[in-house]
Amino acid sequence: MSRAKVVEQHLFDKYLRVDRLPHIWCPGCGIGILLSCFIKAIDTLQLDLDKLVVVSGIGCAGRIAGYIKVDSFHTLHGRAIPFAVGLKLANPSLNVVVISGDGDIFSIGGNHFIHAARRNNDIMVICVNNFIYGMTGGQYGPTTPYQARTSTSPYGNVEHAFNLPHVAASCGAVYVARWTVLHTRRLTESIIEALQKKGFRFIEVLSPCPTVYGRRNNMPRGLDMMKFFMKNCEIRNFEDTKNIAIEPGEKIIIGKFVDIEKKAFEDAYYELIRSVRGY
Amino acid sequence: MARPPVLTGIHFMSGNIAVAEGSIAAGCRFYAGYPITPSSEVFERFAERMPEVGGICIQMEDEMGSIAAVLGASWAGLKAMTATSGPGFSLMQEHVSYAVMTETPCVIVNVQRGSPATGLPTLPGQGDVMQAKWGAHGSYEIIALSPNSPQECFDMAIRAFNLSEQYRVPAIILMDECIGHMYEKVVIPPKDQIKIVNRKKPEKGKPYLPYKADDDLIPPMAAAGDGFKFHITGLTHDERGYPDLSAEAHEKIIKRICDKIRLNTHKIVDYETFRMEDAEIIVISFGAASRSAFKAVELAREDGIKAGLLRLKTIWPFPCDYIGKLAEKVKAFVVAEVNYGQLVHEVERCAHGKADVILSAVMGGRIHRPEEILDKIMEAVK
Repeated sequence: MSRAKVVEQHLFDKYLRVDRLPHIWCPGCGIGILLSCFIKAIDTLQLDLDKLVVVSGIGCAGRIAGYIKVDSFHTLHGRAIPFAVGLKLANPSLNVVVISGDGDIFSIGGNHFIHAARRNNDIMVICVNNFIYGMTGGQYGPTTPYQARTSTSPYGNVEHAFNLPHVAASCGAVYVARWTVLHTRRLTESIIEALQKKGFRFIEVLSPCPTVYGRRNNMPRGLDMMKFFMKNCEIRNFEDTKNIAIEPGEKIIIGKFVDIEKKAFEDAYYELIRSVRGY
Repeated sequence: MARPPVLTGIHFMSGNIAVAEGSIAAGCRFYAGYPITPSSEVFERFAERMPEVGGICIQMEDEMGSIAAVLGASWAGLKAMTATSGPGFSLMQEHVSYAVMTETPCVIVNVQRGSPATGLPTLPGQGDVMQAKWGAHGSYEIIALSPNSPQECFDMAIRAFNLSEQYRVPAIILMDECIGHMYEKVVIPPKDQIKIVNRKKPEKGKPYLPYKADDDLIPPMAAAGDGFKFHITGLTHDERGYPDLSAEAHEKIIKRICDKIRLNTHKIVDYETFRMEDAEIIVISFGAASRSAFKAVELAREDGIKAGLLRLKTIWPFPCDYIGKLAEKVKAFVVAEVNYGQLVHEVERCAHGKADVILSAVMGGRIHRPEEILDKIMEAVK
């Protein structure tokens, strides 16, 4: 038996602001796993880190921008997408990725999401869906499953949840996928694929929040929800997104659902500039 | 044929078009907007002009989106702006706060209309004087300019960009429906006669702390993609830009972002005076209302009353020291504004009780008739 070797440096250190570690996420949280998958993806692609920009909103997932060592913006609650739209349009050589949570992107920021998808702005959006407002103490959100117990739905949630890939697909996103933090290899491959595409790309990442969601819904440890994902997820690539709402007691459908080509807003606008200026 | 950025020559222009042309002449190459009366002509002018000069004009889904895109573009290195009216300005306030905290240069044109609420969309108002200063959350300082002619809309757009770039703070151009829709002669000077100020940039290849200020309290500003790999947050932060959620860090940053404006108030403040040399009654006004105030002072002088006019070209920071000194010499101030009393409180504060302060209010929907201001001057004489 060899003893575990303590390493002073991790292979991914060059991608992280190591002077900010340890991170703020709770034990059992899945956001760190997504961060790791994202870094694996940019490492695989050997992206130009000077041109990669990560934009986040507010919330637990919103803290991702602070840990990745690229130009990064921790913006206002819900406003990561329009901020990213401005960045990308103003400097089309940037590779702009929004990483934020379900409440941030789909509740307070919902209007920005649907219009950026409709316009086909050339940005990639990764939404960490932990079914809850985590940072503020576990209030229900736009993705909280029907009947789930939260701090603002103590008798069970009576609202219906968004089917995020369906929202993205109906609004015109050119790439739509849903994975969980259990499916790290597929999630990483999906991020690699989406990073290389143009237009509005969307990946939903289901992630456990044992601290304020799991413990009120019979999954008190992070591992409980990972086991739940293992037992209940079914991969169905290119399934019609209208059939993949997350409903209590039903299978969670994951996979890549949309992968189409469509002219990005930025390309159309820069073509317009060239035609107006006559070159 | 695509026209150049600076349309040197003599034009017949509305204030809304002039403010757009001034901004383009100042180097603005990014506009994000959402339609709202009575500011929409600013947006329409940008839609036409931005492709001509190689800039961007995008219609966003709402005002929060517009100003967020403006701030994103500013961090990508472009001079960026939006235009709106009172209701849209209200929606932008969270980003005013974010821009102040992250020290993001941007210009916001507010063509004021009768308010509150939906109010009088097509008619003038000056009800956003206080919103321009106190509309967002937190302690902060901001710059607000107030033109009273299309020519000044052009000139002040350039100044607004220059100040915003220099101090890394949002600059607001407080117009009103009258000034926005008024057509007058606008002289656009040759390009080389327009003074342009650009934000300080960090030196490439050297270590960069995004919030380490120089002696002037202003830090250099990198753009995304420059290779500095910096982090920006609306949380209270240290010089590295990292969150530092302590009272000490908060005190340090709030003091600096306020003091960089407060200590330079004398450089930013601008006003015009008329018949002030021996004045005993001073009318204080701005924007469209100040045009009636000019006439009121002339009428008062015809009646032998020693009246003068102080027209504010900058509203924030407020010229408090100047008004305090005037208060020691004059009998009264008459504050003419198109609201039910906003700037008047600021004048009262700065007059320290040493001169009477009388409000001449029109609620909105129209500006003052000169006689209405004259009545208040008469009241002050008594």
